[in-house]
Amino acid sequence: MVAINSIEQLEAYRRELAAAAKPDLPTVLVCFGTGCQANGSRLVAEAFMEAIKEQGLQVDVNIGIKTTGCHGYCENGPLVALRPQDILYLKVKPEDVPEIVEESIKGGRVVERLVYRDKVTEELVPRYSEIPFYKHQLRIALRNIGTIDPTDIDDYILAGGYAGLAKALTMKPEDIISEVERSGLRGRGGAGFPTGTKWRSCAAVDSDVRYVMCNGDEGDPGAFMDRSIMEGDPHAVIEGMIIGAYAVGSHQGYIYVRDEYPLAVRNLTLAIEAAREKGLLGENILGSGFSFDIRISRGGGAFVCGEPSALMRSVEGNVGEPRAKYIRSVERGLYNKPTVLNNVETWANVPEIILKGAEWYASMGTEGSKGTKVFSLVGKVNNTGLVEVPMGISIRELVENIGGGILGGKKFKAVQTGGPSGELHPGTPG
Amino acid sequence: MTEMTQDVSRFDRIIDRYERSEESLLAILQDFQREFHYVPEEGIRRLSEVMWVPASKLYAMGTFYKALSLTPRGRHTIKVCTGTACHLKGAAQILETLERELKLKRNGTTEDGEFTLECVNCVGACAMAPVTIIDEVYHGQTRPSKIMDMVKKQVGG
Repeated sequence: MVAINSIEQLEAYRRELAAAAKPDLPTVLVCFGTGCQANGSRLVAEAFMEAIKEQGLQVDVNIGIKTTGCHGYCENGPLVALRPQDILYLKVKPEDVPEIVEESIKGGRVVERLVYRDKVTEELVPRYSEIPFYKHQLRIALRNIGTIDPTDIDDYILAGGYAGLAKALTMKPEDIISEVERSGLRGRGGAGFPTGTKWRSCAAVDSDVRYVMCNGDEGDPGAFMDRSIMEGDPHAVIEGMIIGAYAVGSHQGYIYVRDEYPLAVRNLTLAIEAAREKGLLGENILGSGFSFDIRISRGGGAFVCGEPSALMRSVEGNVGEPRAKYIRSVERGLYNKPTVLNNVETWANVPEIILKGAEWYASMGTEGSKGTKVFSLVGKVNNTGLVEVPMGISIRELVENIGGGILGGKKFKAVQTGGPSGELHPGTPG
Repeated sequence: MTEMTQDVSRFDRIIDRYERSEESLLAILQDFQREFHYVPEEGIRRLSEVMWVPASKLYAMGTFYKALSLTPRGRHTIKVCTGTACHLKGAAQILETLERELKLKRNGTTEDGEFTLECVNCVGACAMAPVTIIDEVYHGQTRPSKIMDMVKKQVGG
């Protein structure tokens, strides 16, 4: 693989990929997220490959098989999406594959029994983009999830990946920090600290070494937003971190991933290797003179290691015990050097903010909280899974429009947010 | 003597995959765990020698991180997720069934060294709760009545 040495070369490479891409080529996308794999998606993918190989001799249908990350609609997995028809099939079993190949891929018809059926109107909704679960979402952090192959960097580049980085490298580091500040992005790990302010504090400390880190130690029961992003779009996190490193003047980054997420570790490792080969990580990134690399640290199954100071101790190769809170990690973090630690989802938002601008991002959300937030919607609702919505949306909208209401048409009594340390909200006031 | 050398080489094979840095310690201990199903004392001694870190530090890590065990684990590991979502959907019954059928306690190992039963915190697959992981293979919506068949089917016991 040839390294890309300049921004012009990156754009030329993207055009090359676009010219070679065949948007009309029938494509079967089988979800390979943790959820769908547990429901048997590997067997489904094998059945497709088998069926296509068999039929390929007699029928002139050209099919590409891609494996994608988590669509966030795990309860209905294994999920299979067909392009260019934009059909989404739910709970697909290997036995269903011959019928899908015959009816949909060759015949262009919809296999109705595998299609989403609206729980209230009973209407069939074959189109991916029209399923209520997806229709009401606004996807920024999850922009590529389920549509790209996370193990193929070309797929990410074709979808516009690393354009945010290319733009950032033409900007002054100071201007990137201002852009992130004006976007109103706040930390998605839960505390909601303004990201731009954190970066500015870190950049302001006089030091020869600085670090940027990604907290992928998502451990609150019920939450799997970060797992989905690390598994399904690892380059979004990596690109965000390179931009952040350039902004604060760091040359080494770390991603801390919990041990319980083996697929996230694997996909991030592959993504880092691919980015290095392409010249997007390492020495002299895109010919800019800026150098930066990322290492992965696997957690050891200790819940407390999601706490920033414990996480940093763990990366250093120690027992992950937190230290006193008055020492700020932007001043004295990893190895006592100034460190920016952001959450997975926060990093994944950064490339889009740089690419589309602070105003675009700040046009979504509320006065105090801009942009979107990914929620993992689980429990007794009709549609469970990952959803990304603008900040400020009511919980009722989330539960009823996207979640499809309470199971069995029952009354919406209460919802718990923010994991075990969060709050319980009653469905009706009072 | 030959036997001793061989013994050390099986640890060195793993240690040599990593940079000589304290940052690599946790990853090396995890690889020991994966390969030997526990962190052997000789492994700790060897790692301490090669990396110039006190063995006490490695023992501290071995007891602190849940992914590591200083006593031998079974050839097959069954992890039952006991996160909130799985708990609500009946993780306790799955655990009880496995304890009864395999004749062991949670976090224990069967006498023949075949199985270890562990409880894990949320594995982030809540939409398919309750989740049971048998040797890294995830099973969703597991039922107490089906769990033993699933175990037998997968490990062929």
